[in-house]
Amino acid sequence: MTFRDIAPIVVLIALLALVPAFISANTVLNFLVFTLIIALAAQGWNILGGFGGQFSFGHAAFFGTGAYAAALLQVRLGINPWIAFAIGTVAGAAVGWVIGYLSFRSGLRGSYFALVTLAFAEVLRILANAATFTGGAAGVLIKLDVRPGNFQFESRGAFFWIALALVGAVLLLTGWIERSRFGAQLVAVRENEAAAKALGVDTLRVKLGAITISGAVTAAAGGLYAQYFLYVDANIAYGTWISVEAILAPIVGGLGTVFGPLVGAVALHGLGEITKLAAGSVPGIDLMVFGGLLIAAVAFAPAGILGLLRRSARSRGAARNA
Amino acid sequence: MYSPAIIAEAVVNGLMTGAVYALIALGLTLVYGVLHIINFAHGALLTAAMFAVWLVYEALGLDPYLAILPLTPLFFGLGYAVQRFVIGPASHGNDSNILLVTLGLSIVIENALLAGFRSDTRTLNTDYGFQVVEFGPLLLSKPRLIGFGAAILVTVLLWLLLSRTDTGKAIRAVAKEKFGASLVGIDVAHVYAVTFGLGCACLAVAACLLMPTFYVNPRIGQAFVLVAFTIVVLGGMGSIPGALLGGLFIGFVESLCGLFLGDSLGQIGIFLIFILVLLVRPTGMFGAKA
Repeated sequence: MTFRDIAPIVVLIALLALVPAFISANTVLNFLVFTLIIALAAQGWNILGGFGGQFSFGHAAFFGTGAYAAALLQVRLGINPWIAFAIGTVAGAAVGWVIGYLSFRSGLRGSYFALVTLAFAEVLRILANAATFTGGAAGVLIKLDVRPGNFQFESRGAFFWIALALVGAVLLLTGWIERSRFGAQLVAVRENEAAAKALGVDTLRVKLGAITISGAVTAAAGGLYAQYFLYVDANIAYGTWISVEAILAPIVGGLGTVFGPLVGAVALHGLGEITKLAAGSVPGIDLMVFGGLLIAAVAFAPAGILGLLRRSARSRGAARNA
Repeated sequence: MYSPAIIAEAVVNGLMTGAVYALIALGLTLVYGVLHIINFAHGALLTAAMFAVWLVYEALGLDPYLAILPLTPLFFGLGYAVQRFVIGPASHGNDSNILLVTLGLSIVIENALLAGFRSDTRTLNTDYGFQVVEFGPLLLSKPRLIGFGAAILVTVLLWLLLSRTDTGKAIRAVAKEKFGASLVGIDVAHVYAVTFGLGCACLAVAACLLMPTFYVNPRIGQAFVLVAFTIVVLGGMGSIPGALLGGLFIGFVESLCGLFLGDSLGQIGIFLIFILVLLVRPTGMFGAKA
């Protein structure tokens, strides 16, 4: 990774970090924190789906594991929330490795891989919904105890900074992956798995690495969600909604790019808020827009918003040179 | 332990539900077998069909069984149009794109229904909804018995359509080798759309058979679609007898798991079968090599 890769990430995060200095309205900060959590979950999906070409339809499995681990370890076992959050992230990586090992070793890919990840997430959802340890259908409530040492803050701005720091860290991680040997092998697997294998790439190891990192990142988003809303239940943590959110943002923003998931999450949720303002209290209207955008992105902008921007910049440059 | 009569009743009930599951899975497996895509919008389309049944009953007083007559061609046309004008052009013939387009469609349909009908759960109040038929020592629900018979009938009709008619021959030709089919003058885009339409027509029939004993809300399709995926994978993607047997088997498993594990854990048996089949034998019982 060179200075030219790192500089834009650092500048963007530094600029975004100034936002709470200008905006103190709770509703806006709420929206921003939520969007950053989605962006983080989507960044996790993008490492496996965008760079590796393995489309998971069950990233809720990782999000939920991170969320439940963060909540249960502190509520049931009295572990410090920061440590619980870290363990949750590692647990997400472990779940990623197990699901990856089982499905990649059986040679599942494409639609079959999408289906099996969906099924794993559903099994976890049903288990979490039924077991007494997880609080069953009533879910887990984290006790309100506002102390920084307790991962709870007076101001929403502090949460915004933590979410932003995590998103920034994953931006750097993704930037490193893009430039690394591992990343090149991952893209090779996406483009042509048989050819990659013939050239000596250990495809199983590369895919396992990707799903493990991917699981950890999305689990971190889940842990952050639990800590911010102080509540988890099976339909939130392991629900299909988060699997879908994690797919939508990278595809709308720019599949397999460093900034794609963040751009996509901000664009989608920004547009979602505008639609909600315009349409009033009609439920589901923002999600209808999301679904329509997904189809439109696949049909007209396969490289997402970033691809469109790059294309228009290039054509403007060409016009100037002419 | 449960008495044999209770277990026998659970088995028969499971098989009756399984037949309707099979009908839902039939549409999915047909689309997979010909277009080689997994249609994520299948559940949302089923929900739309169930709302259509509810709507014609409430607005026009049309009996759900009679509603089969107008709704089946309607949903055939809808499916035809969706494949021809949305999925086909939007996906540029790329498999992972089709996956995403159908996912987008399911989000749009589901939330349009949510916006239109809100999240209330609705039922039909037919006078035969709770009628039972005595069958030896067993008491069987009459509408579910009708559903069982009709689902089997539709499966047989579909099988005849595919094996005995020119349209069926064209569909099978495209499924085997679409380039060769187009060389002998078969319009591949048209056959794709017809197949998708047939899949949706199966859903319309299934919705009419389900509604007298079931309820509908905008999210109901999700519950069915995972079960349908399981059946399709279990029976072998693209296999019609596989879908029928898989449906009956899954209905049976769900009913017994529900009896012994309770309702909240009942579905876990289905998903464990699903994962095991995918990991061990993704071609299923009757499927050709993937």
